Amino acid sequence: MDTLMNYLAMGGYAAWVWPSYGLATIGVVGVLLVSRRTLKTREREFEMLKNARRGGGQS
Amino acid sequence: MHRFANPTQFMRIANAIYPWAAGLSVILFLIGLPIALITSPPDYQQSETVRIMYVHVPSAWLALMIYGIMAGGSAAFLIWRHPMANLAAKASAPMGAVFTGLALITGMLWGQPMWGTFWVWDGRLTSFLILFFLYLGYLALGDAFEDSERGDKAAAILCLVGSVNIPIIHFSVEWWNTLHQPSIVKLGGDGVKSTVDGSILLPLFLMLGAFTFYYFAVLVLRLRSELLAAKIRNARMSQVATHAAIDPAAEGRLFVDSARLPRASAE
Repeated sequence: MDTLMNYLAMGGYAAWVWPSYGLATIGVVGVLLVSRRTLKTREREFEMLKNARRGGGQS
Repeated sequence: MHRFANPTQFMRIANAIYPWAAGLSVILFLIGLPIALITSPPDYQQSETVRIMYVHVPSAWLALMIYGIMAGGSAAFLIWRHPMANLAAKASAPMGAVFTGLALITGMLWGQPMWGTFWVWDGRLTSFLILFFLYLGYLALGDAFEDSERGDKAAAILCLVGSVNIPIIHFSVEWWNTLHQPSIVKLGGDGVKSTVDGSILLPLFLMLGAFTFYYFAVLVLRLRSELLAAKIRNARMSQVATHAAIDPAAEGRLFVDSARLPRASAE
């Protein structure tokens, strides 16, 4: 337990090291998630347009 | 090179790159992070804060590399009107802004304990802040015009003009000797030279690789997304034209090559 606490304390610099890694994780994962979500939304929208177009063509 | 202007050709290559880039990025993160955070030694002067370098330097590297790619894309767009080059620049810009922001913030978090201050107006920090504003300017300008092609051109010109900042960032630590340390790795005629021990270079290079492959993988996702956005705009325009009976020829234009969108609007 002490070893873990020692490690997490980062030699007294925990307040600088962990926020750096936290923000980097938020940046890296955030960009990936936002990019994927936008892609999925547009794929759905395009499919809908395609289907609407097909439906319109039949009527 | 001109064959890459064809979206189908371009995306075929991009889609082939995607699984490799994504896979390599995940593998490098899985190997690099534990070394960066656990097994690599603390620095003899900077102690554990040296670990901030393993996210700070890759972020800064991506910030610069992405700007270089955007400048190349903008030049190809302005000179040869390559639509895919412009799309690559547009898809990259938000990522560039995020990694420039990350480099600035992690730099501040490293600066406070080591320099005693979050910020100094020295050459490297100031030129990097300008890079951040260039990214924001590019994003704002691209959306500032009703005619998207005019916005794209204005943003591409800003990107090219702003590229003068890149060598300034690179050489700033040599021209002005202030708080920011000079480069620790130098590429020269006699190979790679470094002033740092291998135990610190290893996690640094692993994380540099992980970030770089991450960028290329996400770029492919964003390119697919940008192409779809253009196709959706095309389809909507075609729908409006059909409904308004302005342009009977709009029939069958639902899947027009998205790259031709601006021209289609002028027809």
